Order: sequence, then structure tokens, then C-alpha cells
Amino acid sequence: MAAMFSQNPVMNGPNYSFSDAPRTANGEFREHRFNPYSDNGGSTLAIAGADFTIVAGDTRSTSGYSINSRYTPKVFKIGGTTSSQDDATILLSVVGFAADGEALRDRLDAICKIYRYRHGKPMSVTACAKRLSTILYQKRFFPYYVHAILGGLDEEGKGAVFSYDPVGSYEREQCRAGGAAASLITPFLDNQVNFKNQYVPGSGTGHDLKEREVVPLVRRDAEILVKDAFDGAVERHIEVGDGLQMMTITKDGIEEVLLPLKRD
Amino acid sequence: MDHRPQAWGRPRDDVYGAYDASFMNPNGPNQATQSPIVTGTSVVAIKFSEGVVIAADNLASYGSLARFTDVKRLRTFADSTVIGFGGDVSDMQYLDRHLTSLAIDESYSAPSLDSDAGGPPKARLNAANLHKYLAKLLYARRSKFDPLWNHLLVAGLDDDDKPFLAAADLLGTTFSAPSLATGFGSMLAQPIMRRFAPDEEAAARLTREQAVDVVKQCMKVLFYRDARSLDSYSIAVVTKDGVDLKENEKLENQSWAFAERIRGYGTQTA
Amino acid sequence: MAGFDFTNYNRNAALHARGVPLPKATSTGTTIVGCIFDGGVVIAADTRATSGPIVADKNCEKLHYIAPQIWCAGAGTAADTEFTTAIISSNLELHALSTGRKPRVVTCMTMLKQHLFRYQGHIGAYLVVAGVDPTGVHLFTVHAHGSTDKLPYVTMGSGSLAAMSVFESQWKPNLGRDDAVKLCSDAILSGIFNDLGSGSNVDVAVITADKTELKRGFVRPNERSAKLKSYAFPKGTTAVLNEKIISKNDIGRYVSVTEVSVGEEAMEIDA
Repeated sequence: MAAMFSQNPVMNGPNYSFSDAPRTANGEFREHRFNPYSDNGGSTLAIAGADFTIVAGDTRSTSGYSINSRYTPKVFKIGGTTSSQDDATILLSVVGFAADGEALRDRLDAICKIYRYRHGKPMSVTACAKRLSTILYQKRFFPYYVHAILGGLDEEGKGAVFSYDPVGSYEREQCRAGGAAASLITPFLDNQVNFKNQYVPGSGTGHDLKEREVVPLVRRDAEILVKDAFDGAVERHIEVGDGLQMMTITKDGIEEVLLPLKRD
Repeated sequence: MDHRPQAWGRPRDDVYGAYDASFMNPNGPNQATQSPIVTGTSVVAIKFSEGVVIAADNLASYGSLARFTDVKRLRTFADSTVIGFGGDVSDMQYLDRHLTSLAIDESYSAPSLDSDAGGPPKARLNAANLHKYLAKLLYARRSKFDPLWNHLLVAGLDDDDKPFLAAADLLGTTFSAPSLATGFGSMLAQPIMRRFAPDEEAAARLTREQAVDVVKQCMKVLFYRDARSLDSYSIAVVTKDGVDLKENEKLENQSWAFAERIRGYGTQTA
Repeated sequence: MAGFDFTNYNRNAALHARGVPLPKATSTGTTIVGCIFDGGVVIAADTRATSGPIVADKNCEKLHYIAPQIWCAGAGTAADTEFTTAIISSNLELHALSTGRKPRVVTCMTMLKQHLFRYQGHIGAYLVVAGVDPTGVHLFTVHAHGSTDKLPYVTMGSGSLAAMSVFESQWKPNLGRDDAVKLCSDAILSGIFNDLGSGSNVDVAVITADKTELKRGFVRPNERSAKLKSYAFPKGTTAVLNEKIISKNDIGRYVSVTEVSVGEEAMEIDA
């Protein structure tokens, strides 16, 4: 019944059984006053191309109506040989509860580093994607309160984006928006990346009209979409702004750019 | 009489009642801080060209009671880092004990690289490391549903001897910025500090004197508007040369001129 | 019958008890301020209206007209600030007409506080009342529960602390007009950039004994950045399943058609 009235499911949080009051091992109710979660706002976005993947996020960290910091990255390099991550080949973006996001990033990074040490080669994105799913599901009943997106190049060198819910359900996609402004950015992406609701003019009438053919974006066009998507989100969502961190993976490595966003 | 060795030297059950061993049961209900009791209010800090200035007032409140008026909420560690504590004072004192012993252990077990060269021992427990450690500690405690009810600022230098300033809270959330403030200060003092240091470049141009002035200005505004604050405060400047901590500063040049013309709250004129 | 209609009260209370959330009202998340100077008073406001975390209006007006020399800045529930100021404006006009005198700021403030007190805070209007009348220059705040305050500088709304930090560190007695305008606009800017509930532009109103000057968009520090590409679609991109064309002349048979020129408040759209 309540769902009828809720205007935006994203704002009401993920619909898992978080409302269950915490209990002790003896089954008694434990006094519930401490809330171990908070929301640090912000938004993320990833687009896979034919031979590249872009993972981006704004750099604002919020709590309530306050800005904690105007520069707190949400996109991280994963699984490099050293802590500098110079030779990393995988990107992880996390948005939601920042402390869980960093804990998740540290765990995945450690696992990728151990894999590299044991096998003498970096982990593939597809393997890493599966591993991330199991990490998330391991905490099914005390979840990492984050929307994670993993990006990289697959075994064939094609761009790969994997997106996750907080408890580990995942899917490979062409593009995905996460976080506070996901509901604002997603329809834009559907239209501009997957060409949804776009038909070829004059190719027929009514239902015979041909859908516009989906072709992978070229890198510059994808970068333009990312910037425009965030500029739009900044206009209409109060928790998004300050800076845009954009990382692009190609066969030559990872490039990072930082662009300014509005700060109001 | 119970002659089993397990019962030797224990109070007799028939006299004292059965021993309550529930505190040893790891699955039983356990007491954890569910809300802070004696609390400290804001901590403010700003970076400048060669270090960080950090300040907090000397008040520990008990609810709305100004209970302890001489509590120092800035703590120095390893002569190179200052931590400012907001939130629960008992948890602050626990962290203080814990970190002091950590600093001592560290100075024994890790003789510095520089001591061979005859220089003073170089602290390995620098601000960046300490902040990482505290963030992990706070996150682990929140994950046990037994949080340390603090919001803290860590001021010092990082691995490259650049000014370092970062925050960590009871949930293990961390963030870093050219200026930071906890509690009420995040709403009242941050806007003032951001005017002087909107970004890292601007903070790197600030002089020590400018940074100290800004922080003092913030402490004054906080005293005007934060009902849980005090006019006596501690202020520390952390640079490569060490920590300059003053623990008994008084607010200067307060202005209450706005009050002169006020008559009543509405229609009153005299 | 004047006043509010409570017929759905019991139904809504029952729904609410079953966990149906109350509908979300548009809130003017807001920073509003006021400051007295020698010879007049300035009030200022940001222009962001929010609904939860979404920006509902990027350039709304939060400075409300009460009387020619009395203006109100409103924070809280957008509808409440608009209707409350409108009804008090209306009553004050009638009062001025029947007494044949210029309306006084204290009258406005008293009417507001008595109206709001009657509704025990359920009318979520948080106001800064400012004006000049024959008795002098006045500046008040009125809270939703009906309490009032009289101070030389005031702030309200979610950005009130950010704005107050400017006043508490820069205000001094006996300000000049330009200094007061600068101080108020700096206070609003502090709210715009530090408080997420506030944003976009600064509106300022300067009230003196002889006139009121409303400076809409006094500072515009948040112009939208240009899009990097055009999102205009070729004609025919959207599927049309069936169509029926009614010309302007034909529709004139059912409704009257008048050409309206689009004024300054036109919505921004792509060319």
C-alpha cells in the first residue's frame, strides 16, 4: 500500500529486510538507538564502449544538508601491484554509505592483489565481478550499503560494466548510473546510449517504424554524455556537485580527469 | 559441600546465590554505548602553507549542563600529530590511552631510519597513518554495534611531510578537505573557513598567522551561537618543527554591540 | 466558510497510521536574511525550492510583498509562506484602508504571529518581516509556532547558520546602505554554497522611507553550464501511432485563442 504513494523508490532506500529490529543471540530485542548506516550522497555513472570503459562520479561528500568535503573520490583503481595502483586494470565506483564503500574497496583490492601474487597475472574483470558479488552477498544480513559499479576490459578487449545491488545481485551492462541522481541520469542514458524511444525517421508508419540501431559509442561522445549527464544531475539534485572525476580504461591503461561542477 | 575443583575458592551458591557468568557468554546481551553522555562540541581545523591549525574549546557538557570546564580535547601523539575529539569524552579518554600506548610501542619496536644518522627519531606514526588506523578502529567498532561515539579531526603531516587534515566519525566515515569542522562547527565555522581556503591551492597560500586568525574567528562565532560552547579553548599549530599547543586560550575582542538597541521581541519600544 | 477544510483528516490519520507517508510538500529549503542599516532595512533570499533532495524550482521568489514598504522573506513549506503572507497582506491592506493610515510593521508582525500561533506550528511558515513605517525601521523574525524576535540582523532557514556565520564575523553597528546590501548578499551566498537546501541566485529587497527596491537576481553565481552537444532529434524520431491535425482556426471554434508573448520568466529550453 505504501508503495502506491512513494514517489521515488530510490529515495526510500533498497527494499530489503532492513526494518527488522536487531536481536541478540538469545532472540531478545536489542535496544535500537545506534544506526550503523548513513548516506553520503553523490552519484556515479559508467559507460562501456567497444574498446574502452568510462567510470565517473561526482566528488561531493554530504551528510544531511552539509557538505563534508568537495573532493572525496568515489571511483577507485583496483588490483594494481602496489598501493599506487599504477598498473591497475579494473575500476570500482561506490556510492551510498562512504565508510562501507571504502571497506568494500579495500577488501576487493586486497583480494585482487592476493590473486595477482598467487597466479602471477592480474585478475580478469569477469572474475573480479563474480568475486565482488560474493563479497557483497557474504554480508547479506548486515549489508554494505552501497551501489557498486565495476568497470574494465574483458578478455576480448571490449568495454565491460558490471553493476551491483547492495547484497550482490549483479549484471553486465552497456551503461549504468548509481546513487542519489541515478533516477535522473538513467532515462538520459537509456535514450542516448541504448537509443531507447528513438526510431529512424521515415522508415515506416506506426508500429512498422524501425528502431534506431544501437552501435557502441566512440570515446569522445561517451565522455560528452558523462559530462552532460552530471551537469544535468547537478541542476536538479542537491547532493550532486563540486567536481566530476572521470576515469577511462583503454588497452593503454587508465586515464583520470577532474572537471569542475557547480558548487551550490 | 561441593568438592569439585571448579568450585574451589568460590562463593558458596547456597549462601551467595548462583554465580552469574553471563558476562563471559560471548552470545549474551552486552552493554554498548548507545548514546553519548559527557560530550565535547565542535573541533575546527584549517590547513596553511606549512602545516595545520586546529582548535577546540575546553568544555565537556553533561546534556545541557556545562559540567567540566577544563577538559582538553586536543591530544598530541608522537610529537607530530594533533587529534581533536568531538563527542563522548569517556570514549575520547579510551582512545587517548589506546593511542598513547600505541605510540610507545611503536617508538620501541620501530627504531627510525633517521636515528642512525644521529637525527631525532622520525615518527612512523604520522598523521596520515594515525588517521587510517583510527578510521579502521571506528569502523570495526560500529560494525560490532559498539561504536566509539566520537567525531575526530586528525591534523599533522603526511608521508611526504605535506600538511594533512582528515576527519573520521563514529561510523568510520572519513573525508579530507582544506578545512574541516565537527558538530556545530560544520555548519557555523566551515562557511567562514571555506571563504579563506576554498580549495587546496588557496590553503597552500595561507600563512600561519592568517590560519590562526581564521580559527580564532571561528571559535568566537561558535561561542556566540553554539549553546554548548565555552570561551576558553585549546589551539594547536602542527608543522614540520613539531606541535605548538596552547591549552588555556581565552576568546578576545568579543562584540555584543548588536544587543545595544534591542528592546523586547515584538511591539515593545522601551 | 473561511479557513481550512478538515474533512479528510480522519481518513489521512488512518492511512498515516498504516504507514502511508504524508505527501511531500515543496519546501523552500532556503537561506533568508535581513539586516537594518541607517535609514532602512535589507532583506535577501536564495532562489532554490526543494522537494526532498530534488530541486523543484531553480529560480523561485522567496521575497513576498506585504505592503509597499513591508516585505517578507519566507522559509519552510512553500505553500504556507505564500498563503500566509498573501492573507496578511490582504488583511493589512483592508486595515490600512479602514484606518486611513500607512500599515505598520508591528501590525503585520502581530497579525502573522497570532495567525501562526492559532495553528500551533502546523502552518510551516518561517518568516523574516522587514519594513519602514511612520514609526521607523523594523526587522523581525516570526517562527511557525508564533514566536517573534527583534534584532538588527537575522537569518532563517536551513542555511541560517551559514548565513549567521557571516553576520557574526562581519556585522558592525551603523552600517550604510551599500554595506548592508553587500553583507546580506554575502550571507545568502554563504548559504548557497555551504547549505544543500539553498542554491542558485541571490534576491535582495532594500526598503527605505521613500521607496522599496526589489533586486531580483542581484547575484547570479550559478549559471547553467552549456551542454557539450545538441540533443535536438531529427523530426520523425518519435513513433507516431496515429495523428489527427486540428488547425488553429478550427480549434478557435471550441476555445478562444490568444497569442501570448513570452516574458522574462520563460523556461530555458534548447534551441
